[in-house]
Amino acid sequence: MSSQAASAPPTASRREPLRRRPDEGLIGGVCAGFAHRLDVDVRWLRVFGALIAGAGGVGVVLYALLWAVIPVAPESRGLGRRPGAWREAMLTVAGVVVVLWALRRVGVALQGDVLWPVVIGVAGLALVWRPIAGDLGASTAGAPPPAGRLAAVRGRMRFPGRIDGTRVLLGVLMVSFASAALLHHYAVMRSLGKAIGAVALLTVIAVALGAPWFMRLWRSLAFERAARIREQERAEVAAHLHDSVLQTLALIQKRAADPREVAGLARRQERELRSWLRMDRADRAEPGEDTVAAALAGAAAEIEELHGVPVEVVTVGDGPLDASLQAVVQAAREALTNAAKFSGADRIDLFAEVRPDRVEVFVRDRGAGFDTQAVPEDRRGLRDSIVGRIERHNGLATVRSRPGEGTEVELQMARAPSRGAGRAGG
Amino acid sequence: MSGPVRVVIVDDHRLFRAGVRAELGERVEVVGDAGSVEDAVRVIDAAGPDVVLLDVHMPDGGGREVIRRCCEARGEDDRPPRFLALSVSDAAEDVIAVIRAGARGYVTKSISGAELADAVERVAEGDAVFSPRLAGFVLDAFAEDAEPAPPSAPGADAELDQLTPREREVLRHIARGYMYKEIAQTLGISVKTVEAHVSAVLRKLQLSSRHELSRWAVQRRLVSFD
Repeated sequence: MSSQAASAPPTASRREPLRRRPDEGLIGGVCAGFAHRLDVDVRWLRVFGALIAGAGGVGVVLYALLWAVIPVAPESRGLGRRPGAWREAMLTVAGVVVVLWALRRVGVALQGDVLWPVVIGVAGLALVWRPIAGDLGASTAGAPPPAGRLAAVRGRMRFPGRIDGTRVLLGVLMVSFASAALLHHYAVMRSLGKAIGAVALLTVIAVALGAPWFMRLWRSLAFERAARIREQERAEVAAHLHDSVLQTLALIQKRAADPREVAGLARRQERELRSWLRMDRADRAEPGEDTVAAALAGAAAEIEELHGVPVEVVTVGDGPLDASLQAVVQAAREALTNAAKFSGADRIDLFAEVRPDRVEVFVRDRGAGFDTQAVPEDRRGLRDSIVGRIERHNGLATVRSRPGEGTEVELQMARAPSRGAGRAGG
Repeated sequence: MSGPVRVVIVDDHRLFRAGVRAELGERVEVVGDAGSVEDAVRVIDAAGPDVVLLDVHMPDGGGREVIRRCCEARGEDDRPPRFLALSVSDAAEDVIAVIRAGARGYVTKSISGAELADAVERVAEGDAVFSPRLAGFVLDAFAEDAEPAPPSAPGADAELDQLTPREREVLRHIARGYMYKEIAQTLGISVKTVEAHVSAVLRKLQLSSRHELSRWAVQRRLVSFD
């Protein structure tokens, strides 16, 4: 019992469908597949296979057929063939050839002149038909990679087409060779040479005549495929617009009486649409939520939605969040909340600069402002949530404000020299 | 300059042109508008405005193409109008591309009417207009730790590839939402000096061969190396 087969759970092996396992097999994984299905050692099956292959080549035909017909096991798809498998396969084939040759020398004629062309022809047919079976298998189990919509669509389009070419060509060559050899064997070539020549000539003419039509068919197929992909993309965009923009427009019409809410709705939709557009840009890794810039943008969006005051976010540079930068983001959020609630300003500016050694964040409004000296001790928002939070992480928080001139909160925090050194706040 | 500033509005959305016209109101004189690159070049030639408000995204090349055709059609003594880009886009490559084409500033379409009129007047006087977002892009592009263009590059001017500490400071304040007057107050310099710094930054932005700037421009395939 091979280790792979033994490790399979018994319940699964009881009614497991027959699947090839190219990652375990020597050639196509047919024997390995049977070994899994029948729960026997793969080596017995290989010996059996080699025997029937030797017995007049039937085994080879059988193998090629099975290779073509049996789909690949899903768990073995995408895995490379075991290293050294080809060498073993070659050795096996060479062994069989030697055995056959020896048999013939002894006098057991196998009528190789007929047999081998048949074997080669069937193998060629198998090659021609195989891609279609493979496609069916792939389309049932192949989930598109989550690497972006366009990439996925393109991948789907290109992948089967590229493999077809060489494989089909090889198969056609093998079948042609086999047919020619068979014809030759039965002496058809010699007796009906002229007829064959005429047929060949007619065939060439037919191909020459049919080629443009065939090419047009092929091109129209490709065109149709491209159109389908475009249509798919268009449908995706349309779906997104339906879910987002049209919904918002409907809402805006309903709430037309409340300008503040309308502005808020429009603003939220704008933000969402922008982030969607940015996501679609090729090659650009989407910044995760765990960077300073992304976290600040998220906080600003939240405040906009809660209080209906637009926040203009400008960030320079970026970096990963750690505990102390998390505190900066939370303090900035608190400063935004204060500005939105109390200043009466119609816009808040948030500017953050992430440098290698430190982070600076400014939250500025042009609202009412207040006397920083006269803030009562119990105004917890400013004391605890902003200044206290930053100072606990050894940062610096400054509040500049004068009545009538608006307020600016400045937050400064040194960055840990090495990223990933997750310092808990203390 | 005598009288109100003469302005042409170029945008392919008619509704938006009407909106801007209404918002600008009395303070500037709108002498024409156009909805395509072709029309824009003709209207600008005919009306001879001081300032052109220019949409970045339009069919047939957008604002960049308008600037190019307006500038190349003129002789030495015939000064083209000044361009102020106005766009909904907040992508660095759009903004940088239109500035490098020759626009004197960039504001987003969400700007209020009064602020827009301010910006138009400032551009008409030859100053540069930086929105907070543009200031942020410039700080990003001229980051201190990033590599400047290799000194061996032809035409590279080391001075153009660096911002002075003072310019950096001014840009930071713009990004924080400060007005020129407030920046002057905070830094203890005159408003004229602030304007001079911003103009110097604009010049560097247009002429520098820094890698980031070229990259942004190339991404839009808008750049033509000269």
